[in-house]
Amino acid sequence: MDGAQALVRGLENEGVEYIWGLSGGAAIPIFDALITTRTKIKLILVRHEQGASHMADGYARATGRPGVVLVTSGPGATNTVTGIMTAQMDSIPMVVLTGQTVTPMLGKDAFQEADVFGLTMPIVKHSYLVKDSNDIPRIVREAFHIARTGRPGPVLIDVPKDVSQNPFSGGLHAEMDLPGYRVGSSPDHSRILEIAGALSRARKPVLLVGHGALVANASNAVRRLAEKLCAPVTTTLLGKGAFPESHPLSLGMLGMHGTAYANKAMVECDLVMSIGSRYDDRIVGQPHRFCKDAVRIHIDIDEAEIGKMIQCHHWCVGDAREIVEDLVQHVAPLNTSDWLKHLEGHKKKYPLKYKRRGGLKMQHVLDELYKLTGGEAIVSTDVGQHQMWAAQFYKTDYPSNWLSSGGAGTMGYGFPAAIGAQFGRPGDLVVAVVGDGGFQMTMSELSTACVHRLPIKVIVLNNHYLGMVRQWQELFYGERESGVDLEGNPDFAKLAGAYPGARGFTLKRPADVRKILQRALDYDQGPAVVNAECEKTDNVYPMIPAGRALEDMLIEKPKRRLEKPTGST
Amino acid sequence: MESLLSRGTHTLSVYVSNKPGVLARIAQVFARRGYNIDSLVVSSSVDGEFSRMTITAKGDPGGLEQIIKQVNKLIDVLHCVDHTGESAVVQELALIKIAAGSDDRSEALQVAEHFKCKTVDLTESSMILMATGGTDKIDALVRMVHKYNIIELVRTGRVVMARGNQVT
Repeated sequence: MDGAQALVRGLENEGVEYIWGLSGGAAIPIFDALITTRTKIKLILVRHEQGASHMADGYARATGRPGVVLVTSGPGATNTVTGIMTAQMDSIPMVVLTGQTVTPMLGKDAFQEADVFGLTMPIVKHSYLVKDSNDIPRIVREAFHIARTGRPGPVLIDVPKDVSQNPFSGGLHAEMDLPGYRVGSSPDHSRILEIAGALSRARKPVLLVGHGALVANASNAVRRLAEKLCAPVTTTLLGKGAFPESHPLSLGMLGMHGTAYANKAMVECDLVMSIGSRYDDRIVGQPHRFCKDAVRIHIDIDEAEIGKMIQCHHWCVGDAREIVEDLVQHVAPLNTSDWLKHLEGHKKKYPLKYKRRGGLKMQHVLDELYKLTGGEAIVSTDVGQHQMWAAQFYKTDYPSNWLSSGGAGTMGYGFPAAIGAQFGRPGDLVVAVVGDGGFQMTMSELSTACVHRLPIKVIVLNNHYLGMVRQWQELFYGERESGVDLEGNPDFAKLAGAYPGARGFTLKRPADVRKILQRALDYDQGPAVVNAECEKTDNVYPMIPAGRALEDMLIEKPKRRLEKPTGST
Repeated sequence: MESLLSRGTHTLSVYVSNKPGVLARIAQVFARRGYNIDSLVVSSSVDGEFSRMTITAKGDPGGLEQIIKQVNKLIDVLHCVDHTGESAVVQELALIKIAAGSDDRSEALQVAEHFKCKTVDLTESSMILMATGGTDKIDALVRMVHKYNIIELVRTGRVVMARGNQVT
């Protein structure tokens, strides 16, 4: 047995079913071991390593299991950097195996040598440079343990070629040695009682539910809590699915492009409790003005998140499900009927809306997609206007059905993430909602989808623009369009037709939305790509300009010119 | 002369697994947030499996609190503790090479004696003084010997140990 074979055995021990990868010199021994070990792990050959990393990410989000990436040294490894950073920002469990030059050549600028250990250090949960083949079983075990426990994240294992090629003489079942790694201990019960006390005094509470609730499988507990308290619930972009958006207590998504009623609820509430969100800048706007008169509560598994953005009155560190399940037992129903009635008024006054006349609207396509699929699809997105409209109009009722790059905002994420999700959940409908900009970054993976005849639906909401930046330029930069016009776009439907097994569909008229979408949904011989030619210059509202407070939300196009935003991007 | 370690300085003790890359990971937590590490001492623990780092850094307390939390989160870090404001034992060592020929030598040695320095090197034209003590004492010594043209100055930076039953 050699190091590479021990590595494959280690992956088997962790229950790995798929590896997404692309080979290269330094990784050949590991690719070879996938054959010589006769492993059942399936290798999915991608067309670009970034695609592999997003596929592993999509698989992880859709199944809860770590995604595995295998690439070669140098450029193979650096091409995964965007995917690793995407996973780190959104707390996604992932293990990335990179080939490396032989150990005697480390640091000597060998062919395809990159200091991947150093390059990725700020964007991983942890990383290893393997020096001895016999360490492989321990390192693999630790890597998976670290990736999936506590606040999950990506772990990188850099494997020099001599380490994978050298004989292996150690034991395959090694003990972990992680004296500095503490997975969140059981939550402090007295803090939970304190939170229950604060809740009992609230008249206008809001529960703010984030991705942490999904990671902890806390959605049932959150629902019990909300229903018992009669408290409205808003979810973050990544928290979609942690509480059913079709539930009467749901306010939908909050934040920069959240619903007006969710953001108004934040402004007017007397208590806000975050369950597994990190109060990030996209939802708080101006930290010192965010819910400034309300009682603020924070439940998070990561102690470093407490007080990072928002100073809270009460907090509890630990697993969201454990905490919420305990909390439910110590709260009583609140008299929130006036508050709920008030919020119903906001819902009626400021609904999410769009016009069906005129050109084809992205919102129209998404609204019909939601209806045609009964809200049951796994939806992945890219980043930009289409992403925000998808978040608004494709309501998510189930955990692990919404895959979107929130923290990193990675264009090109949606399509490969959908591929990973389809591998993980072959029986489910997977729809990638992408823009024409993002799709062109990773659409080479159409080959990967075709090889495996994956019946993914790719809805290209095509406005021939980098639309969100164009929106900012229109609103804040004197309508000066700089670097946003995507002239030269291909015909995406024809492009799909060039791939064996894929089929392209063209959607131009609002009257055809239902018909064309239905045809694409019915096509099951491979990926279906819908090129939806949408209105070029529509804007996403509501909008809270970056760095402004929730009070400054724009419900519709402003009449006067706006100051340039001061907040983060 | 302005103190190298002026007020607002925090003294952190970090206990880590003795593995490659640990120092880089910790340094990145500071650098990413724009904090400068003023001094850093790293040494192996009793059994060699772990290392002890003493880091001093300036900055607003809120930012440092976040840094400490982020450092504590690193997989290879067992703990990171801020000893600022505690009555811990804080010491540093300085080597000061001054130009002191026969005319100045006896006066310089008097100063050295007052600060309980050792003379660890002596030539016709220079001497090296070795001093240990708290940061204020070393600062005072440096000010005193400034008039003799300091040729080189090396300070270890602070090392810290909690008193009694407390853990460093």
